[in-house]
Amino acid sequence: MSKQVGKSAVRVDAYEKATGRAKYVDDLCDRGVLVVKVCHSAIAHGFVKSIDTAQAEAVPGVVKVLTCFDVPDIEFPTAGHPWSTDPGHQDVADRKLLNQHVRYYGDDIAAVIAEDEVAAAQALRAIRVEYEELPFVLDAQEAMKDGAPQIQERYKNNILAHSDVRRGDYETARREPGLIKVEGWYDTPTVQHCHIENHGCFAYKEAGRVVVVTSTQIPHIVRRVVGQALGIPWGKVRIIKPYIGGGFGNKQDALYEPLCAWCSTQVGGRLVKLECSREETFVSNRVRHAIRTHIISYVRPDGTLAARKLEAFSNQGAYASHGHGVVAKGMNAFPQLYPCPNVECDSWTVYTNRPSAGAMRGYGIPQAMFAGESHIDDICRAIGMSPLEFRRKNLMPVGYVDGFSKNELYHDSFNQCMNKGMELLDYQRKYQEYQHQTGPVRRGVGLAVFWYNTAVWPISLESSSCRMVLNQDGSLQFQTGETEIGQGCDTAYSQMVADAVGIPLEDVHVVSTQDTDLTPFGTGAYASRQTYIGGFSIVQTAAVLRERILNIAHEQTRMPVSNLDLVDGQIVRKSDGRVLKSLGDLATESLYSLENSRHITAETTAQIKSNAYSFGCSFAEVEVDIPMCKVKLLRLVNVHDCGTLINPALAEAQVHGGMSMAIGYGLSEELKFDEKTGKPLNNNLLDYKLSTFMDHPVLEAAFVENPEPTSPYGTKALGEPPACSPAPAIRNAILNATGVAIDSCPITPHVLYRRFREAGLIQE
Amino acid sequence: MEKHQIQYQTVRFNLNGRDVERTVDVRASLTDMLRNDFRMTSVKKGCEVGECGACTVLIDGETFNSCIYLAVWAEGKRIRTLEGILGPDGELSDVQRAFVEEAAIQCGFCTPGFILTAEEILETGKEYTDEQLRKLLSGHLCRCTGYENILRAVKKAMYRRLGKEGPQ
Ligand code: FES
Ligand code: FES
Repeated sequence: MSKQVGKSAVRVDAYEKATGRAKYVDDLCDRGVLVVKVCHSAIAHGFVKSIDTAQAEAVPGVVKVLTCFDVPDIEFPTAGHPWSTDPGHQDVADRKLLNQHVRYYGDDIAAVIAEDEVAAAQALRAIRVEYEELPFVLDAQEAMKDGAPQIQERYKNNILAHSDVRRGDYETARREPGLIKVEGWYDTPTVQHCHIENHGCFAYKEAGRVVVVTSTQIPHIVRRVVGQALGIPWGKVRIIKPYIGGGFGNKQDALYEPLCAWCSTQVGGRLVKLECSREETFVSNRVRHAIRTHIISYVRPDGTLAARKLEAFSNQGAYASHGHGVVAKGMNAFPQLYPCPNVECDSWTVYTNRPSAGAMRGYGIPQAMFAGESHIDDICRAIGMSPLEFRRKNLMPVGYVDGFSKNELYHDSFNQCMNKGMELLDYQRKYQEYQHQTGPVRRGVGLAVFWYNTAVWPISLESSSCRMVLNQDGSLQFQTGETEIGQGCDTAYSQMVADAVGIPLEDVHVVSTQDTDLTPFGTGAYASRQTYIGGFSIVQTAAVLRERILNIAHEQTRMPVSNLDLVDGQIVRKSDGRVLKSLGDLATESLYSLENSRHITAETTAQIKSNAYSFGCSFAEVEVDIPMCKVKLLRLVNVHDCGTLINPALAEAQVHGGMSMAIGYGLSEELKFDEKTGKPLNNNLLDYKLSTFMDHPVLEAAFVENPEPTSPYGTKALGEPPACSPAPAIRNAILNATGVAIDSCPITPHVLYRRFREAGLIQE
Repeated sequence: MEKHQIQYQTVRFNLNGRDVERTVDVRASLTDMLRNDFRMTSVKKGCEVGECGACTVLIDGETFNSCIYLAVWAEGKRIRTLEGILGPDGELSDVQRAFVEEAAIQCGFCTPGFILTAEEILETGKEYTDEQLRKLLSGHLCRCTGYENILRAVKKAMYRRLGKEGPQ
């Protein structure tokens, strides 16, 4: 049988997308739609005292103006997490559809429903809002201080959550004589996902239920959240997710679906749409948590770790969204990546008056790796050891098992990945050569590894459901709740299904759209889980389907099931390899049988009680122009062990995309705020410096393929990992080039100027 | 509230080889007219202020961001969208084929714009270096691909058109 897994099959949606025929949310919306526009607060913190809507309502074409005084008195959670039936583990419910207590500049306070865009925009400008302004705070550590503005009533000192890790005895261990103390603070910025399709959705009522067609990663979760927000049974909500123009975690949240659905219910169930502008997407969707990390390491001169301490302050912004899970994931990586017997870690997630931070590609790991891997190179400098040697000595050893997740490092992944990257970049030779440069323009190479955990077990539910329905011609439809968001999972699934059922690839029809009325339950695209967990339900469901098919084959051919097989869409007698009939003939006969007509389907849910480490590294080479305070990225290599590759071409493409995002994270991207007003300063694609075609060197992606034993296909996380290690690799390359340890990203000329001056490399 | 008089104007132009006319709001963008009146939904909106390139169309053979081009300016122009690139039997153009082969498509939202700009570039019949291609394509943003496979695809199509294997 020709195996499909492992081949670079062409994307199943390539033709539709290359021709522009693939339909995204707005492409599906009827033109007679009413337009919803959201009125956002023009202050960072305070209360809406009153809203005068009279002038707005008088604008011709305006149907209705709704305000924070009209919405149901229900606070709801938005995070795209599986719901917990245990109230203690449920996501924090801290926002209403529209909010009277305004918590960031851009908060949602009113909505206009109008016949067209222009009328809606005019009405927005005509809304008069009276506020009671309060002091605001943008920095997480400032927000924790006594007397800081109180952002969410229930959370003292604005602390949404605190958690810790304790191993051994840090205080005693750090007193061991002869230790070298290395200490650093590392700052990462607020950034946005910048998928090219902004979030948008449309809603209408049908048969007493509300239907929302939306650009989301998590349709089944959004159904639950819409139900919660509107206070209606979840079965009264239907969510449809067509193709979407990227998500990267922003759309792993209920964004404007609840408000859009509610607006439809306020105009008799008429069709309404709510499309975010780019400016709104930056501010009023979700952002990545800015995290400030403080690390202290006590190291022996031989490079072994005696004691380590980490404190991380995560800037949550105005609403909880994914909340503490993000910084907690990063904190948990700390003691695992470089095991040390004496560790103290604390992390805080703190409300501030910034946009709400949610999930974003890497989920806390890019922040943790920037801090952690920068710090490792700072240690190396302090003790005079090469970054490679230190990592070889201290990184998680083969056979390491994490007590909580039971994840195990089965292979020598770190060394294999580093060896490959080192060779590709000629790292060791260059590292030596670049160490003692003088002159204004210098080169450097840097290395950083990353830790990543596939999926969310055992913190949350992990299950996957799928359905296979056989057609008359022996082809089948495949449906799952796991979503295609651009990453290519539909294609990977079709390859897996072909192999698992025993039919040609072209006979697998993946239903790309998820519709909560039609699609089996599934929680959606996040945690780089799709390929890993989808594999379990595909194998399990295919086994059920094959059994049904072979039983029918037995009835139709009289051969015992034990002597039958399904290979490449043919029913084969195993003993002599003879093709007895095609699967198409079998299916047609079965469906149209006058005696016993049956359609042949299978549907199961796989329980997944495992997850898997996914590891790798980045190597960067830079040229630093010291007087100009400029960094040019000359080369970037990412090496991943994500297990067996399902589709090598698509895997490589995923890595490129993550590297690109990480280059922006390392060098240019930051959402900035006016310190005086809290107003976002650069919420557009011109002033926010997303990587362009001109900002990249050739992106080099390489793989080490150690099959993951817990996965039926030997696969594990790849979606997020590529974004985790390039930024610290770039930072460490600058250290190699200049001897200057940068303490924050993005590493812009402003940051370099400050650090080069402090280091005496440039004078005033 | 002062009332604005909505003004309409009739525009005649050629869309993907067909002469058409429409009466449009004079404030409408070309993106709006193409998407709403002609259902050319390959024309995407990523910013509507000329920053991302998703709304690119060819106007008399030259690429423009249609979101910052008024619909009424289309008068007398020949406009091509991605819908007009496809062969009569649904065959992909050489550029489209190269995008498919090189895995240059992920979410697909930036794809129509990139393909049209690539068509414009290759129309010149010139051979460009990587640096030149990067610059010529830099009016488009893509968040999924890191641009790497898009560059490969455009190069592949360019060399095929030039009848070459690769750079000499
Ligand atoms: S939508 Fe026209 S350039 Fe972005
Ligand atoms: S493929 Fe998604 S933005 Fe380019």
